[in-house]
Amino acid sequence: MEWIWMALAGLLSGILGSMGMGGGGVLIIYLTLIAGLDQRAAQGINLILFIPCAVLALFCYVRKGLIDFRTALSAAAAGLVGALGGVYLSGWLDVVWLRRIFGVMLLFIGVRELFAKNPPPREEKKKEEEKEKCGNHRAEK
Amino acid sequence: MKRTFRVLGGLLAGVANGLLGAGGGMVIVPMLRKSGLPVVKSHATSVAVILPICVLSAGLYLFRGSVTIGQALPYLPWMLAGSVVGSWALPRLNRMLLRRLFGALMLWAAWRMLF
Repeated sequence: MEWIWMALAGLLSGILGSMGMGGGGVLIIYLTLIAGLDQRAAQGINLILFIPCAVLALFCYVRKGLIDFRTALSAAAAGLVGALGGVYLSGWLDVVWLRRIFGVMLLFIGVRELFAKNPPPREEKKKEEEKEKCGNHRAEK
Repeated sequence: MKRTFRVLGGLLAGVANGLLGAGGGMVIVPMLRKSGLPVVKSHATSVAVILPICVLSAGLYLFRGSVTIGQALPYLPWMLAGSVVGSWALPRLNRMLLRRLFGALMLWAAWRMLF
């Protein structure tokens, strides 16, 4: 019976991810609040799963020439430093506080999505056309 | 100035990714927009930024023993299937309704995590 929930959570996270809506958040919520996993394990699972999905999406984006590599390089270099700090903090902080920080992020996303205004139709349409062609999109986790 | 947004965005995305295991895209996409990239390029480029960050974070989580690959694998086929379904369904759905439902789910989860 448990595998059904597992499958549903995976599917939902994939669907939302492909829409750029935060599939990672959904998966971590399922893992911690429903499956009862430790917060750090749940976050680790999401990190691991993002890699194959991102590789697929990236492959598609590169082929379509949508990546600005110069920008990506400087941002990624800074990001690696940030990640070192982030991972260290995630081990140092008490799990209770880690969950609270995660909760604040969810609160922020929830309010943003709940009160989002309709974007200008032209921009939204263009964005969706591109995304439609590049399915695997889990960046905005 | 543009460079500041890229570097600061990357740094913050890295912290979010390492600390929370998610949320990097939420930070980096608006920062890339501010650094002058158009919407679609910002989304695509954000994946190129987050992928190496994610590899580092995941590696450190594995090394630390917070998680094993075996714990993650069972979800992979379902997630890939979900991506396919999602990209097929995307043009056929009421996106605003979906965003509101998603927002409500996030608020419920935030409530559970905070208290």
